[in-house]
Amino acid sequence: MRVRLAALYLAFLKIGALTFGGGYAMLPMLQREVIDKHGWATAEEVLDIWAIGQCTPGIIAVNTATMIGYRKRGIAGAIVATLGEVTPSLLIITALASLLARVQDSVWVARAFAGIRIAVCALIVQSIITLARKSVVDLPSILLFLASVVLTFLLGFTPIAVVTLAIFCGLIVGWVRRGRS
Amino acid sequence: MVHLALFWEFFKIGLFSIGGGLATLPFLYKLAETHPHWITAAQIADMVAISESTPGPIGINMATYAGYHAAGLFGGLVATLGEIAPSVVIIILIARFLENFDKNRWVSSAFWALRPTVVGLITFALLKLLSLVVFTDGMLNLRATIAFALVLPVVLVFKRVHPLLWIALGAAAGIAFNLGP
Repeated sequence: MRVRLAALYLAFLKIGALTFGGGYAMLPMLQREVIDKHGWATAEEVLDIWAIGQCTPGIIAVNTATMIGYRKRGIAGAIVATLGEVTPSLLIITALASLLARVQDSVWVARAFAGIRIAVCALIVQSIITLARKSVVDLPSILLFLASVVLTFLLGFTPIAVVTLAIFCGLIVGWVRRGRS
Repeated sequence: MVHLALFWEFFKIGLFSIGGGLATLPFLYKLAETHPHWITAAQIADMVAISESTPGPIGINMATYAGYHAAGLFGGLVATLGEIAPSVVIIILIARFLENFDKNRWVSSAFWALRPTVVGLITFALLKLLSLVVFTDGMLNLRATIAFALVLPVVLVFKRVHPLLWIALGAAAGIAFNLGP
């Protein structure tokens, strides 16, 4: 059965509106809408798609929406699902940003955000530890991690340059390793 | 013109940020350095807080927020579309031509180096953010520094608490203890 574009848009609109944070956080909603409710994909397919979304550039949630939309209705489906996923962010954030712009001169708001910044720093440390436990695990990965911090923070390299260097480094190491075996 | 420039800058972020969510953060810090009239480093911290406490993928929320700050309503839309454009194209190409993209050995070689590098890039963003908390307007902000040292272990221990609660507590503490400049 042909999936309606409107159904794709609405399903991803719902996922975008009810997911806090990207990445893992979207999996339960994805399961409910895409697997249980509409039967557009099996659980294995969704996990595969999500894995591809992780190793391609851009936002994982968006990549996943694009891929499922494409599989159901081609390019139009990909675009419609992606727009559905980002619509809630556009509406909510624009409303909040315009609200905040109106109160930004208030001393109370400035103090609140000074406190919020401290909480955000702690939350980012938490995320970094979670990520590092999975990916900074042996000597080469520790060296790559340190090189990335030193190049950007101390030597002023742009993140784009560092990402490009890392890709080259990974390809060369992979090529050398395969040559040996 | 500003909209075209916004689209291009966020297109680059969408193309080079791999790993989702906070992975766009180091790129936004670079953007604050090259385009300070669009967004400042201090606003990025506020943006992370708002993006974590509203629905939707964090990367998309941050793009909308930054775009809104740079050029209003339409700016938010253009920045978001710019950020998702590269991944939509790439995902469609992968869906069409590369069946087992995530199992390709060159892709896994690149990711072997990319994963720890991205953790390093997020650490770079954290260090930038933290220096803003510790040094407010070039002066050591002792109260904020002590608050961070006290809060960090608590946030790290209670990992299951929703980020929204920490952000709300941060706002309350910021007002109660005058953690601002």
